[in-house]
Amino acid sequence: MAKTFTLDASGMYYRQLNEQIREAVAGGATKIVLNNINGQRYIAGALEGNIEFEINGVPGQDMCSFMRGPKVRVKANAQDGVGNTMDDGMVVIEGLAGDVVGYAMRGGKIFIKGDVGYRVGIHMKAYMEKLPIIVIGGKAGDFLGEYMAGGILLLLGMFSDKPSEPIAGRSLGTGMHGGVIYVRGEVPAEQIGPGLSAQPLDDADKAVISELVKEYAKELGLDAKEILAADFVKIKPFSHRPYGNLYVPA
Amino acid sequence: MKAPERYYDFQKDISGCGVFGVIHKKRGLIPGEMPIRSMACMHDRGNGLGGGFAAYGIYPDLADKYAFHLMCDTQAALDSAEEVLKHYFTVHLSEPIPTRKVVTIKNPPIVTRYFLTIKKDRPQEVRELGEQDYVVGAVMHINHKVPGAFVFSSGKNMGAFKGVGFPEDIADFFRLEEYSAYIWTGHNRFPTNTPGWWGGAHPFTLLDWSIVHNGEISSYGINRRYLCEHNYLCTLMTDTEVVAYELDLLIRKHGLSKEMACKVFAPPFWDEIARMPKQEKDAYTALRMVYGQALLNGPFAILVADNTGLFGLNDRIKLRPLVVAEKDDMVFMSSEESAIREVQNDLDRVWMPKAGEPVIVHLEA
Repeated sequence: MAKTFTLDASGMYYRQLNEQIREAVAGGATKIVLNNINGQRYIAGALEGNIEFEINGVPGQDMCSFMRGPKVRVKANAQDGVGNTMDDGMVVIEGLAGDVVGYAMRGGKIFIKGDVGYRVGIHMKAYMEKLPIIVIGGKAGDFLGEYMAGGILLLLGMFSDKPSEPIAGRSLGTGMHGGVIYVRGEVPAEQIGPGLSAQPLDDADKAVISELVKEYAKELGLDAKEILAADFVKIKPFSHRPYGNLYVPA
Repeated sequence: MKAPERYYDFQKDISGCGVFGVIHKKRGLIPGEMPIRSMACMHDRGNGLGGGFAAYGIYPDLADKYAFHLMCDTQAALDSAEEVLKHYFTVHLSEPIPTRKVVTIKNPPIVTRYFLTIKKDRPQEVRELGEQDYVVGAVMHINHKVPGAFVFSSGKNMGAFKGVGFPEDIADFFRLEEYSAYIWTGHNRFPTNTPGWWGGAHPFTLLDWSIVHNGEISSYGINRRYLCEHNYLCTLMTDTEVVAYELDLLIRKHGLSKEMACKVFAPPFWDEIARMPKQEKDAYTALRMVYGQALLNGPFAILVADNTGLFGLNDRIKLRPLVVAEKDDMVFMSSEESAIREVQNDLDRVWMPKAGEPVIVHLEA
């Protein structure tokens, strides 16, 4: 039985808010419900363990940064820096999210229903059993997966309020040297970073996408069959060291 | 006017800040409390070294007069500035800008406002200038030649209020909750390279133009030299100043639309231009070649207002955040969505505009 801690955060400064959350966690709370959140920074930052968060309102910058374990659901839009250097756990955002989601993310999952801003998944990395995953239901801005070193980015382009935009912005995957970016439908070639191209899937890719979409759809109350009823492409690094020869030719 | 000695020798300022703007398209009056609360919500984006607001529609009874806001270090500086004003203008009203004492606002300058019209019998040396060039010339004259005196607002039926402090404290100092306006912009400053001083706070203004900016104009040097060739003198020691003057040059003097001016500030990349249909390709190529020196390089999210509307623009790789939201006849633009929700929780639409694509909102006639 979850021990629930509910807090009305109206007008509360982020320091007091995060202090109260930490106190509740230290006191054994396993479910935290935050009401009237608006712009408070660093919520669930660096928290560890099996804690569930429900966030009502728009949380501030760097939500879930350095987080290791908790499951956080935002019933609104989120701002910039969600899951910065996140290590483990899950973030579900029922609206859109801002820039640099999952910056240098090392593990765990971030599921976003709507559009995302620029530089999402920049510098994500994977190591042994650590595999960070971001699924984006809408469209993405420029530099998605830039310098990506590991993990999975899945871009659906379905739940967007930008019908005339391409599914991903410019410089998709520029400088990536690990991990994979899956895109539902097609990506215009000029949007993809230098040296990269969209490739067809193999069976292993299909299995990964199918599994991931089912989990994503369940979390956000969507129809997995509909999401899977289209072709996907993948973008993978063309070299482990794309810029190895940039300054000093080998 | 001519270029000052060593005008190319300058110091660069870098700043990262918070911006907020709201416009009521049908000129409904928005109380000052709204932008103040929004800026307070983004308190931590600044560090107390600069805050400010611009408001449009605040002087309806004197709407045909140029409203000059002056900040002066001393009474002597104010006297000298007033002498210059009387040389160029007929003064219809002059008064201290209403302020109150605020513990966090230290050593404020003397702030005074003048409501002015052009002298019928203009001084010989500037007789042939167009009316607005004449006003711009007078602003440049005071800011450049009168020690310790700066004109920080010179438009009609609008005003800028700014200084050293957090925006909510500056608003308290200038009693902004007593004003209502159909366009507001606000700014919270985080100066990193030059001192936070009263003149360096945002907004920067010229005539009806006002701009608030989060970011850094890395091209400040070339922009400043370009403006200098066109008789705009940068005196406020901060990068954003160039944008106010470029707006005046490109839109008022050269007749560019706001859309085109935005494409000068944040043009498409050459590879994008290469893929365009011929007519567009030629237009953008011409724009980049003619106005290369007016391009704004570096990270920025800017909000620009004048007496016809409000627009927001990001640099072309979006190195600063900008969120836009709509509610009935109001449009909001902000660094953070929470600052908008703070004052208008139920929004019709929220989105993040594309890099380099302006969001332009016009006041209805």
